Amino acid sequence: MSVPSRKILEVPVADGENERYSLRMGPQHPATHGVLRVDLDLDGETIMRCTPQVGYLHRGFEKLAENRTYAQALILTDRLDYIGAMANNVGYCVAVERLLGISVPMRAKYIRTIAAEMSRLSSHLLWLATHALDVGAMTVFLYCFREREILLDLFEELCGARLTYSYPRIGGVRQDVTSRFVDELGRFIDIFPSRIEEYETLIDTNRIWLKRTVGVGKLSGAEALALGITGACLRGSGVDYDLRKHQPYDAYDQVDFEVPLGSDGDVYARYRCRMEEMHQSIRIIRQCLDQLPPGPIIGPDAPDLIMANRAPARMAAGSNRYGGGLIQLIRDQDLFPSGDIYVATEVPKGELGFYFISEGSNRPYRMHIRSPSFMHISALAVVARGGLIADLIANIGSLDVVLGESDR
Amino acid sequence: MTVLTMLLHIVVLVVVVLLHVAYATYFERKIIGRMQVRMGPMRVGWHGLLQPIADGVKSFFKEDIIPERADQTLFRIAPVICLVAMMSSLAVLPFAEGWVLADIDIGLLFIFGMSALAAYGVVLAGWSSNSKYSFFGGMRSMAQVISYEIAMGLSLVGVMLMAGSLNLSEIVRAQGDSLFGMYLLPQCVGFFVFFIAMLAETNRVPFDLPEAETELVSGYSTEYSGMRYAMFFMAEYIGMLMMASIGTICFLGGWHGPFAVPFFPPFWFVLKVYLFMFAFIWIRATLPRYRYDQLMGLGWKLLIPLALANIVVTAGVKALIG
Repeated sequence: MSVPSRKILEVPVADGENERYSLRMGPQHPATHGVLRVDLDLDGETIMRCTPQVGYLHRGFEKLAENRTYAQALILTDRLDYIGAMANNVGYCVAVERLLGISVPMRAKYIRTIAAEMSRLSSHLLWLATHALDVGAMTVFLYCFREREILLDLFEELCGARLTYSYPRIGGVRQDVTSRFVDELGRFIDIFPSRIEEYETLIDTNRIWLKRTVGVGKLSGAEALALGITGACLRGSGVDYDLRKHQPYDAYDQVDFEVPLGSDGDVYARYRCRMEEMHQSIRIIRQCLDQLPPGPIIGPDAPDLIMANRAPARMAAGSNRYGGGLIQLIRDQDLFPSGDIYVATEVPKGELGFYFISEGSNRPYRMHIRSPSFMHISALAVVARGGLIADLIANIGSLDVVLGESDR
Repeated sequence: MTVLTMLLHIVVLVVVVLLHVAYATYFERKIIGRMQVRMGPMRVGWHGLLQPIADGVKSFFKEDIIPERADQTLFRIAPVICLVAMMSSLAVLPFAEGWVLADIDIGLLFIFGMSALAAYGVVLAGWSSNSKYSFFGGMRSMAQVISYEIAMGLSLVGVMLMAGSLNLSEIVRAQGDSLFGMYLLPQCVGFFVFFIAMLAETNRVPFDLPEAETELVSGYSTEYSGMRYAMFFMAEYIGMLMMASIGTICFLGGWHGPFAVPFFPPFWFVLKVYLFMFAFIWIRATLPRYRYDQLMGLGWKLLIPLALANIVVTAGVKALIG
């Protein structure tokens, strides 16, 4: 058999195809927010094809959770979206509580709502900071961090940690709020609206900011739904979908707030949505602080942190017929219900869902995490196509992805 | 003897300018720090006063990494082209009456030529690095400098018409009779175009696309390190100084001031230059970055027509009056 000549081996190239310029952006790149890699096919600076690659931060949380009790797996959720870790904790606890049928006392519900909204604020602040920095507005970055610092101090006051909280517990919260925390949080939400105005004066009406964001990365409501986008990105496209409102958990049905909606579905609409959400978060926190009921912070049927797999054998005095002494009443009975459940909560990024399969033991047979960032990254391929590199950067920022959550 | 004096002048100027560059970075970091609710450099020396020296020493002793597949010759000389072009245009700047190294008649043209030459350094750096980000940075820089060089040149034609000379000292002297001793008011359109084109020429925010950090990592200087990187850095700051000086000379009346300062004739000149520098920094702390196509649109659709209209009006008025 003769060796085919070189010409045959060459792959035929369509016209224009050989002018494409490929650029691998990331995983080390200042604007990819961690370790996102985006493979770009460029024509000049116009993006012809954009392929996001994830997995650089994969730590196997879903598998790890199978070897931990429900109480132990909580700490894994800290490391999902490490910018708003508290919201993940709360989401996880809500899911496990619904699976195990555990009730939560009212005070704990309020505290968790406050903590989750604080986490939304801190996540949105970091989003605004990095998004503005990506578009080139440097000062907003530091202004946002100034306020985020106060929030982190508040978190420290609340639970002793600034990044990975693990503050909620299945069936309540770990410890009660201090009066100092309540005072300082009250002070913070008093000053914070004026700080939001400060950011808005810097960028909101800035012509360059408008030029960079209005009409960029457009997504219609139908497209966004088809791509599985949730959170502020979906609401920016005009779809009224907020789990806090439509499937309330914790104390969200006790407070009054609005779901801000955009209409254009571009980078600017998403930006406006998140800014409004910060105002709404303040409203929620203020109401929660006012209504904070007294009472226990953890329910009576909450499992211990060291979760027993089986129900403890209960002894009773036996009758003489069986030789007297003690007998075991319950033996080898499952403590937890079996079955599967999907519970979703609204975290800062969007809808964070936990899917559990329980076999009745104290650890999940399977835990799947539906992370909003993963969906948002896959949407990047759609929104970035046809734009310029600078638009891609604006889009990455505006979709608000965290790789820890996407890769899990 | 004249050669020796000349050399001495050159050495003094170079040393002063290099010190200026070092402390311009300090100035910038301190002011931006103040605007961004932080301190800026505080550790080296009193209030970080020795920080620029430490930075200079650090970059001087750092390893000079040259990528294996880069074009060795071009990669080595690109930063030198930048720096030399920028430094040589200093020769024609009049800092005060008679304080000028080369009082040539085509001073303004010489400066344009040199700043266009400096763009070669950037483009060659982007090309020779053999890196995609650098390449994009170089390409962007080329397009940007070509478009904005035109706008800037046209914006200064009005000044040339009014002064009737390209000699920078003559331009300053000619402004003596005009309102406030400067051309700012009669040439306000020209100044507007010049100011924006100046930001673009020096690759400063909001036109810092060639080195847009969040898009192109560091643009044309991505692959550079150590002293060669420092050369680009110095060239950028000398460029800022240059542009600020041209603005001062052509629109703000150079060394003229409300009253003469004894012992230090360039006082007003330096003050005005630092006003410009402050504006550079202020803008950097405030504005986001333009997109590439928007930058081109602004240059060709707004600035160049404005500058042309300014020329026509200036020439018309001059023809009517004079």
